[in-house]
Amino acid sequence: MKIVYTDNNATTKVADEVIQEMLPYFGEFYGNPSSMHTFGDQTAKKIKEARQRVADLIHADPEEIVFTSCGTESDNSAVYSAINACPDKKHIITSNVEHPAVNNLFKLLKRTKGYRVTFVPVDKKGLLNLDVLYKSLSDDTALVSLMWANNETGVLFPIAEIAQKIREKGILFHTDAVQAAGKIPIDVRTSGVDMLSLSGHKIHAPKGVGVLYIRKGVKFSPFFIGGHQEKGRRGGTENSVSIIGLGKAAELAKAHLPVMDTEVRNLRDYLQNQLLEKIPSCSVNGDLEKRLPNTLSIGFDAVEGESILLMLDREGICASSGSACTSGSLDPSHVLMAMEVPFKSAHGSIRFSLSHYNTREEMDHIIAALVPVIERLRAMSPFWKDGKVV
Amino acid sequence: MWDYTDKVKDHFLRPRNVGELEGANAIGETGSLNCGDALKLFLKVNENERIVDATFMTFGCASAVASSSALTEIIKGMTLTEAAKLTNEDISDYLGGLPKEKMHCSVMGQAALRKAIANYRGIQILEKPGQVVCECFDVTDLEITDAVKKNGLKTTEDVTNYLKAGGGCGKCLDRIEELIESVNA
Repeated sequence: MKIVYTDNNATTKVADEVIQEMLPYFGEFYGNPSSMHTFGDQTAKKIKEARQRVADLIHADPEEIVFTSCGTESDNSAVYSAINACPDKKHIITSNVEHPAVNNLFKLLKRTKGYRVTFVPVDKKGLLNLDVLYKSLSDDTALVSLMWANNETGVLFPIAEIAQKIREKGILFHTDAVQAAGKIPIDVRTSGVDMLSLSGHKIHAPKGVGVLYIRKGVKFSPFFIGGHQEKGRRGGTENSVSIIGLGKAAELAKAHLPVMDTEVRNLRDYLQNQLLEKIPSCSVNGDLEKRLPNTLSIGFDAVEGESILLMLDREGICASSGSACTSGSLDPSHVLMAMEVPFKSAHGSIRFSLSHYNTREEMDHIIAALVPVIERLRAMSPFWKDGKVV
Repeated sequence: MWDYTDKVKDHFLRPRNVGELEGANAIGETGSLNCGDALKLFLKVNENERIVDATFMTFGCASAVASSSALTEIIKGMTLTEAAKLTNEDISDYLGGLPKEKMHCSVMGQAALRKAIANYRGIQILEKPGQVVCECFDVTDLEITDAVKKNGLKTTEDVTNYLKAGGGCGKCLDRIEELIESVNA
């Protein structure tokens, strides 16, 4: 069966060019980049090139790039560094729709280290309440950490605007840009963030490699204590193969940004509009404009997400859901709950996240498959009668 | 992905006895749109109190649909007295087992059946003592403190695994935590 992969916010296909770039470093060139011989130095040179390519994607200086093992490590490193940098400040701020890598860490710091945490709310469109954010800033605030783009809805926070206000107050600002990188242009010079996380496997590099950007001049204390790697900012022998792959992926991602904004956006809009037209009682979650070009979160009233996904799975379609029953826990998506999405559609919300590998034919396949799936599930739902929710 | 048995998959993809049942003389409803799963069970019971037909309508995940489908297959032909003895484990066993996080789907089947039988007999199901804390699974504060005391439960997760309380919309988790603290204080 042909697979239609529209779960790119979960992970992406490793690009063929990336695989080709990595292959020699799995085998022939296994040297340690720190070694004092030409053999190891071949890897070091390739890592240097990767660092430059990643820096170019976000308009940073290569020295500001630290390679990590994943987005979660980057987030954790940034947060712990920030609170270590200002040990006297006991207040930290984030939003209530963050990825668990930030959300759960903030909850832990609250519970175990006595930090006062402000979880800034979002409105029904998923947009951040800037009023609450700015009013919560105080002399006691050590760090503000906000995601650039939401993984479930694709909704964007105005990071450049926020970073400027926060830096004026001398407070450290970190952004989790794992979902934004490679989908929209990111410029750390104009946005002025202090730290930024990104992840390789969301931009067609392999899993197990991430990046933490640390602006020059920002005090940083490492999360991994060890050797001198990454200029002492992250101990541990470099995952050279994946770093080299990430370099290539970053180069490709930069080249593909215009495609994201046009072709991918058009495909997403086509899918969205066709579903809204062909299926009654469904609605898009999140702001329609301030949103990643590849993401569609759409809720179908009176049916449940896992059932939809498993029926789509039979048609080879990969998507994900914000519903309770698909994550190991029974809690509904904290993002959709924070947006006060009504229960009737929250439980039946499906996320389609596209990449430049998707085609119009694939969108047509999804539409053709989804219409009867929703009809079938509604036919057995006690909350659906005569074409509407009861 | 959940590790569903072939029987669960089969009953999800080809559910038996779906839809409203014409001439049903016993109906049991449980769950709600808010908690993410709900089951409406229809029975046709003859003058000998034997279930001659059963159908369902379910909103929920694959295991909720499969549990409902299995329930209707199991109880067809049973007397109400026999059906009243059915447990959620019977439903789970019929399906070759359910993942532990999905056991509440079988509990929902059992609850709907009890309600349908009560509905047929014209019995009002008595209100439980105490205050309802978890509305999704209808669990009271007394039941929670009792379970915490008897089983030495420490976390809200323990309570959810034991009583399902807090495992639906999650709104009552803070209250459950308070109750755990009050017992362990």
